Amino acid sequence: MKDEPSKRLMPVTRRTLLAGIAAMPFLTTGVAPVMAADYPTAAVNATGLAVTDDTVKVGILHSVTGTMAISETGSVQAEKLAIEQINAMGGVLGRKIEFIQEDGASDWPTFAEKAKKLLVQDKTAAVFGCWTSASRKAVLPVFEQYNGMLYYPTFYEGLEESPNVIYTGQEATQQILAGIDWVVKEKGAKSFYLLGSDYIWPRTSNKIARKHIEKLGLEVVGEEYYPLGHTQFNSVINKIKLKKPDVIYAIVVGGSNVAFYKQLKAAGIDLSKEKPLLLTISVTEDEILGIGGENMAGAYAMMKYFQSLENDNNKQFVAEFKKMWGDNIVIGDVTQAAYLGPWLWKAAVEKAGSFDIDKVKAASPGIELTTAPEGYVKIHENHHLWSKARVGHAQLDGQYKVVYETTDLMEPNPFPEGYQ
Amino acid sequence: MIGDYTFGEFTSILAMQGFAGLSLFSVFVLMALGLAIIFGQMGVINMAHGEFMILGAYVTYLCSHLATEYVPVLFPVYFFAAMTLAFCASFGLGVLVEWGLIRHLYRRPLDTLLATWGLSLILQQVYRSVFGAREVGVTLPDWMMGSVALTDMIEIPINGLFVMGLTVLIAFAVYLMMARSTFGKQVRAVLQNRVMAGAVGIDTKRVDRMTFGLGCGIAGIAGSAFTMIGSTGPTAGQLYIVDTFLVVVFGGAGSLIGTIASAFTISQAQSAMEFFMSGSMAKVLTLLTVVGILMLRPQGLFTLNIRR
Repeated sequence: MKDEPSKRLMPVTRRTLLAGIAAMPFLTTGVAPVMAADYPTAAVNATGLAVTDDTVKVGILHSVTGTMAISETGSVQAEKLAIEQINAMGGVLGRKIEFIQEDGASDWPTFAEKAKKLLVQDKTAAVFGCWTSASRKAVLPVFEQYNGMLYYPTFYEGLEESPNVIYTGQEATQQILAGIDWVVKEKGAKSFYLLGSDYIWPRTSNKIARKHIEKLGLEVVGEEYYPLGHTQFNSVINKIKLKKPDVIYAIVVGGSNVAFYKQLKAAGIDLSKEKPLLLTISVTEDEILGIGGENMAGAYAMMKYFQSLENDNNKQFVAEFKKMWGDNIVIGDVTQAAYLGPWLWKAAVEKAGSFDIDKVKAASPGIELTTAPEGYVKIHENHHLWSKARVGHAQLDGQYKVVYETTDLMEPNPFPEGYQ
Repeated sequence: MIGDYTFGEFTSILAMQGFAGLSLFSVFVLMALGLAIIFGQMGVINMAHGEFMILGAYVTYLCSHLATEYVPVLFPVYFFAAMTLAFCASFGLGVLVEWGLIRHLYRRPLDTLLATWGLSLILQQVYRSVFGAREVGVTLPDWMMGSVALTDMIEIPINGLFVMGLTVLIAFAVYLMMARSTFGKQVRAVLQNRVMAGAVGIDTKRVDRMTFGLGCGIAGIAGSAFTMIGSTGPTAGQLYIVDTFLVVVFGGAGSLIGTIASAFTISQAQSAMEFFMSGSMAKVLTLLTVVGILMLRPQGLFTLNIRR
């Protein structure tokens, strides 16, 4: 029994330590701490948001129950980490961030309802949330009607641009084009087999990929879609064997992913031989946990972020993420994009000198972040991010090794002409 | 389609498609057997069937973990122990559920439907709380992965062969138990006439409990085997439940032969159609065909003639 108190103290000390470490890199960047007294509440909050003299309320809106909890857990963890780090270095305009977390429960009407609650009842100054396009589409009218600010983390199909949303993930062209160029140039790919789960994101992404492949004068030898949750891929694997494409371009998602890669391996297609080579935009380090590194090794993924990125921002980020959530955790592309949300919002609020939504909106384009784990990012006029595209090579341990990155930032282009 | 390929390619694809169909067939039989026993012998619609399968999958996951951590020597064969334990766990949970939930609802089929659906939601959240929302990876021994290359083109997946063998074994064991053993006779007696069966000294409550447990136990084995070909996550059970019901209903509730025949028809049709068209379209066509046949033959492919 004597040990009890010390055991209970442990997490507290760990957390304080974490907060201290978290604050360090950002304090050394030369920004003087902002005092709340310099920004009187009446001035920074003219529209009745939940802002007091020392706190500001924001919302976190993800699914922690239901099918999507698999994917959204990482985003919640990243957003909480970012908020904790921001608080440790003094908060936003001298105010500590308090978050209200709501569960979208993998159900789109629930997302809309909770979004309304966060905006109307809780008066949150910003909401970090949503994962699937369906959930974003469900909350979009709510954010536009009640004038809220949503930071949306997932790479998605594009074809959307709302003044009330900052898209911190890539739209489709940012994710796809550079990767295809790379595989054509470096691997001499001539023919592609497109494969995906049957809903809007894979279909739109494949449309863009097909257009691009055909523009390059190369061939698409097959294009196929399987229902979400499909678990038997033997027939399509046989078809792939027959067509002998240079590249299998796969956008299979969810539980189907695991079935697809396990069956691919069982059917004797060894991805590390690259005959055919497998290129995907839907498998992050998160998904590999379920698929198994040994089944995925040798495949290539096109993302903007990989956990293995060799830069100081990222090393710090990975270390702090693990400290907060455990050593065994992995960080995928979307998790990193979710982490950017609170930081981008903080920068916009500070630039605007106000929490008011319209001022934050106006201040957002041009916001830069030099401390992002993926490197430098900047908000475009169209509310998407300028970011680099990278290709990772899956290793046995479930991590990706970066084999290519674009030298310049890719411009976000949610409505790509000639690709629709 | 055929014109583009040489004769050799064509025959080997035919062989591999045939195998793909057979392997889908054994997957269907394995997942539907447990449900068919419970539905057929007891008239209970178990919506939580998928979650019993996932229980088996999680037991396998735990075993693979323990085997790698503590007894790496036994790793190549841990899977057999895992399957046995998966059966025991699902059987145990099944017996518990029958005792706590199902037996109170025997005369209310619609209520069992709701109750077991609720149970499936509860189990999903329990898995999520215990194992985390993310999918877990089950490490398999090397000998179970990969394929046997018969010719340059024909490669037979080993896990497919394994599932097939397992299905034959379990189907045969179930057949023996139902047709030859005392327990099987009791089950059939209770099905035909519950009151008379009780009157001649059969403990009908115990028979019910064992039947339900058995069905769940087989689901556990199926779940364990499916870690080879599919995902293990809190909601993975939902991926199987629709196909499972399709097979059982199409085959005619209450007939094990019907279940097998229906699994064969659906799997062959589906895998053949998947080869000639896109996966989504193949699924639509399969479902349409099944609906069409069920409209003509509402009782399913096979039915038992029993006096009610």
